[in-house]
Amino acid sequence: MPAKGDRETVTHFPPSGHSSAHPTAAPRVIVIGAGCIGLSIAWRLASAGCAVDVYDRGRAGLGATHAAAGMLAAAVETEPGEQALLPLTLDSQRRWPAFAAQLEAASGLPVDLRTEGTLQVALTRDDVEVLRAGYEFQRSLDLNVAWLSGAQVKEREPWLNPRAAAGVLGAADGQVDNRKLAVALKAAALKAGARLHEEVAVEALSVTGGASTGGRAEGVVVDGALKAADVVVLAAGAWSRLLAGLPDGAIPPVRPVKGQMLALRMDPAQPLLRHVVWPPKCYLVPRLDGRLIVGATTEDKGWDDSLTAGGVLALLEAAWRALPGVEELPIEEMWVGHRPGSRDDAPILGPVPGVAGLVMATGHHRNGILLTPGTADLVADHVLTGRVDPLLEPFGIGRFRK
Amino acid sequence: MAEDLLRIAGKAFTSRLFLGTAGYPNQQVFLDSLAASGAQVVTVSIRRVDMEGGAEGILDLVRDKAWLLPNTAGCATVKDAVLTAQLAREALDTSWIKLELIGDRETLYPDVEQLVTAAAQLVDDGFTVLPYCTDDPIVCRRLADVGCAAVMPLGAPIGTGLGILNPYNIEMICARSTVPVILDAGVGTASDAALAMELGCDAVLLNTAVSKSTDPVRMAAAMGHAVAAGRLARLAGRIPKRTRAEASSPELGLIGG
Repeated sequence: MPAKGDRETVTHFPPSGHSSAHPTAAPRVIVIGAGCIGLSIAWRLASAGCAVDVYDRGRAGLGATHAAAGMLAAAVETEPGEQALLPLTLDSQRRWPAFAAQLEAASGLPVDLRTEGTLQVALTRDDVEVLRAGYEFQRSLDLNVAWLSGAQVKEREPWLNPRAAAGVLGAADGQVDNRKLAVALKAAALKAGARLHEEVAVEALSVTGGASTGGRAEGVVVDGALKAADVVVLAAGAWSRLLAGLPDGAIPPVRPVKGQMLALRMDPAQPLLRHVVWPPKCYLVPRLDGRLIVGATTEDKGWDDSLTAGGVLALLEAAWRALPGVEELPIEEMWVGHRPGSRDDAPILGPVPGVAGLVMATGHHRNGILLTPGTADLVADHVLTGRVDPLLEPFGIGRFRK
Repeated sequence: MAEDLLRIAGKAFTSRLFLGTAGYPNQQVFLDSLAASGAQVVTVSIRRVDMEGGAEGILDLVRDKAWLLPNTAGCATVKDAVLTAQLAREALDTSWIKLELIGDRETLYPDVEQLVTAAAQLVDDGFTVLPYCTDDPIVCRRLADVGCAAVMPLGAPIGTGLGILNPYNIEMICARSTVPVILDAGVGTASDAALAMELGCDAVLLNTAVSKSTDPVRMAAAMGHAVAAGRLARLAGRIPKRTRAEASSPELGLIGG
């Protein structure tokens, strides 16, 4: 946990609400990373009048944002040990409907938010025990989850394996099409005036002052030249810790967490599922356009990006056990992505003690899409006002200093 | 009291708890659990980690905190297991290997025939081999005979948390074994770990019982205490079981001399 005084090293732009000798112009902002987090922050800041430049080493939205499943499951994904994340995930989940509506209006593009809910399904007696334990844990946290009998499960999803023995419904846990989200965010950010530099790698963060006295981020180095900014937002996902020039203590402990996934093609008029479904050992996400996403392995394999027979077999087998009808579906796509996993799987957000002008928005692990609206609003608010929302406070990089 | 050390292949440990690394809510919870448990040996699946030891990977985080015991989880043939062990030796600079040769994916039971063959090959190749095996005294003896540094019989199938299903076998294995016996798999809660030590095991390896508990860090601490308590009880020597009550304070005076 950062000390109380840490955030005083961050300069406030502009000192809104009271007079100041400083110019009140909106800060110039550089965002590193054009995934859903970077783009949404850029959209918010550009809309607020900031000059925003977004750099990405690849194409916008083609990293973890592209690979994700788009689940917005604050309730059913909550496991023991991750309670600290709940205030943030629940807050962001509540922001999603308005965020989606605003984004669709601003971009003129759909993001296919679906609110049918998420259904966890148990197939065997052992599964029921595990599901029951998770359900009781989630109930103890007052989460919106309901226990369903096998018959109730099959009533909601008649294509499921008739052995379905019980289920848990997360009624507020929906989904969004993350790829459409990325396209819409890019369009909205550009319309708001942000400049996007794709396939332009940031070579280094430029920091003035020594590490001991506390420095200030003055911009980034691109093509050997300094691009100056008042604030630099690091939103480079799994690549974040590779940014050169980060002082010690400002290097976010983020690693790539490999995931293999695939998509099957359903008839959109006769979809096999409507809810997001979590049977044992996989999840199934039906899109409005008929794609059925099957995910995902979780592998600590560094940057390895190979699809493996074992990975695909495990996903297909789990999908087939839960939903025998997948046997007939064409495989449309298979891919590998890298979640930006922090050491405690929670995001790293907000100011960096000792480096004024540097703001973190990374390490979202498997919650990047869910946490996009909350991250965008709270981080943009911080950049504009210097305020650190109480929701952000527990997620500063200072928590890793021991 | 003289220091009670666990000795395996020339290495000595003060803790008799080995911890697996899989299935924790996140890496920080694992690191905190490791610290709370006092475990000094950590097993990692070679198939499931970033062998390049990239920053923030499990190898990177654990290397200076515990003795690494790579395992061959996921291997199904002798060839596969031997190759995986060699890979681990090269990448991690350790000749220790927890040998796992799983017979099928449903039961996750060891395939003992292949296990003995692979163990013999690896011993010949200079490895310190700790095989995960069934709770069968004959299999354990065969593994010791081919030169394994310890044997790791299961208490119950992997991940079940059913405890020690055949305590008589575990006790028999411990009584007859010429090498350290490490109970592996099946532990569900602290009393299971204590029982293993009371039965004569030299150490306990566990994973799911901590990683999937509601509060892993607290359960890890419990396991550390349980293993230590079970070991002390074993060394202290339990009283014989009786079928009839006997007052602990004699009421009729002392008999004899």
